[in-house]
Amino acid sequence: MAYENSHRDALILGEKTYGQITDEIIHPIVSKPPMLWWMAFGLSATLAGIGTLAILHTITTGIGAWGLNKTVNWAWDITNFVWWVGIGHAGTLISAVLLLFRQKWRMSINRAAEAMTIFAVICAALFPGIHMGRIWVAFWVLPLPNTHGSLWVNFNSPLLWDVFAISTYFTVSLVFWYTGLIPDFATVRDRVKTKIGKVVYGALSFGWSGSAKMWQRFESVSLILAGVATPLVLSVHTIVSFDFATSVIPGWHTTIFPPYFVAGAIFSGFGMVLTLLIVTRKVLNLQDYITQAHIDAMCYVTLATGLMVGLAYGTEFFTAFYSGNNYETYTFYNRAFGPLAWAYWVMIGCNVITPQFFWFKKVRENMLVVFILSIFVNIGMWFERFVIIVTSLYRDYLPSSWTSYMPTFVELAIYLGTLGIFMTLFLLFARFFPVIAIAEVKSIYKSSSSAARKKTIEANADRIELQPVQVATAANGSTVALESAYHHPDQPTA
Amino acid sequence: MTVRDNYLLGVYDDEEKVLDAVDELQRRGFRIEDVFSPFPIHGLDPKLGLKKSRLPRVAFWAGMVGGSSALFMQWYMLAHDWKMDIGGKPFFAAPSFIPVTFELTVLIASLTMVGTYLYVNRLSPAWKVQLADIRQTDDRFVVLVKKPLDDSTLEALRQAFAATGALDTRDTELTILETEIQKGTAVVHAH
Repeated sequence: MAYENSHRDALILGEKTYGQITDEIIHPIVSKPPMLWWMAFGLSATLAGIGTLAILHTITTGIGAWGLNKTVNWAWDITNFVWWVGIGHAGTLISAVLLLFRQKWRMSINRAAEAMTIFAVICAALFPGIHMGRIWVAFWVLPLPNTHGSLWVNFNSPLLWDVFAISTYFTVSLVFWYTGLIPDFATVRDRVKTKIGKVVYGALSFGWSGSAKMWQRFESVSLILAGVATPLVLSVHTIVSFDFATSVIPGWHTTIFPPYFVAGAIFSGFGMVLTLLIVTRKVLNLQDYITQAHIDAMCYVTLATGLMVGLAYGTEFFTAFYSGNNYETYTFYNRAFGPLAWAYWVMIGCNVITPQFFWFKKVRENMLVVFILSIFVNIGMWFERFVIIVTSLYRDYLPSSWTSYMPTFVELAIYLGTLGIFMTLFLLFARFFPVIAIAEVKSIYKSSSSAARKKTIEANADRIELQPVQVATAANGSTVALESAYHHPDQPTA
Repeated sequence: MTVRDNYLLGVYDDEEKVLDAVDELQRRGFRIEDVFSPFPIHGLDPKLGLKKSRLPRVAFWAGMVGGSSALFMQWYMLAHDWKMDIGGKPFFAAPSFIPVTFELTVLIASLTMVGTYLYVNRLSPAWKVQLADIRQTDDRFVVLVKKPLDDSTLEALRQAFAATGALDTRDTELTILETEIQKGTAVVHAH
């Protein structure tokens, strides 16, 4: 049926029946939530509540409740906005880009990563909303005919591009996620025993039956959505970076911003996916589906994008020096050695140094260490946005306007509140939705599980040589061991 | 477009058995009306004679319409209806209009395609599904053939199901989507 490289790690461990795969994945839905879940849910909901109060305070009082001043007029809120949007990049990247590249390891993690994307974008979208000050006129960003004369919105403004980019990204991600969920909701619908469960999952599954034509259309839609979502992911963070790059503030006005932001977004997104899934796979007992091979793959992506981010930091610094522009040079010197240098070095430490540990197999195999490193990635990426925004603004062209910036308690509470909202939504997801794409995992069971692979090896033992037992003789007459035995005798070995 | 009919169905527990069974049933002269499975079976569509889905075309044309309407909208608003001098740029500042044009192309293409997908598959929260087998979304694969009218064909069909490893054979009245399946010969069936 399918051809698999025997050197690849199995993506599903152990011998399973299709029914068993269903049972293991939907177990949290059909069982009662444990005490631990209620505790986590209570904590997250409390944080979300505190955040909501702080948002209400901001709306009723005004932006004066924050620590902004006339020099630093963007700070905490936009940092959080960019940070959350960045985190929201891994989900669609995993499900869309990896689908186009036919990477089967995406299948166990795409559902949870897409959920994370949607929740992160919700948190992100909150910030520009409340930063408007008068949130009740937020609809002014839409191109609607209005009563203020014939004025339309300004399509030359990157901030308006953001409105379109974020709302499109949210909508398409949600639709993509839900399209994939429909067959799995049907599986849940036909498995739940409670009356309310049957009604709710019956409605959620949209009457899916799994006929041949439905599956054909399903695959077609998934592929096209992946095709359009791939440039969409790249465009969203590109446009977010335009918010800065199209301005004339030293430290922002650079052409490197779009690729630099996109790499950073993937880096932080995978950091968050690791943080969430290391806990999820343990708590929901899904280690057979989210295996060491998956963790390794995610660590590799984090490492690769971490290196890209590091390269961008270096390039930025060099370009500032090489430009000979006083303002540009000063901004970068001030970032690294000025009053907020600690934030800069936290960023370098977390984003450039931390991921280097992922080179080591021993590190990747220790879940606690990977978990801690992924938290460092999240912290580092938060500081990256903070450094870009605040250290570019607080000392700009006019030294008489130089100030500093300190967040108020309200701003801190809003940030913690979004963490609460995010965790609350994710906990609900982990309880009531199939956390792993059941149908997709079943479809690769025959080709990519350890048990199926063992069977294939046994059945074809006489025809395939998976592990060369004897040493081969190379063309020059010398004997070469193991791996080199795969070489054609005519080819010179190293 | 749905059809309601009497069917004889064979229930299997493995997708490879289904692929073999489809070949064998067609060889014995039966037309498969539909196959239900918990996940997509690769290689099944050509065997059944399913035509390729036209949904990608829907997405393409919807994207075309979306993109050109977005560009038209921006031209109308900033270069026609109320001209605005923004930073000395031309009224129709084409490069600045590309991001929104791109986003709306993607948005309208995706929403139209998914809307069409839900419509043609008759998927909606209000739709009550009639399953051939309660486990067809879990670990069972169901092959559907119209129930033959005469007893000898019916017996031949039952034997064909049994010979290809079906765990169970039963007849049932079922409403299914019109299948667009081309291959195989239809049997004389009961109404």
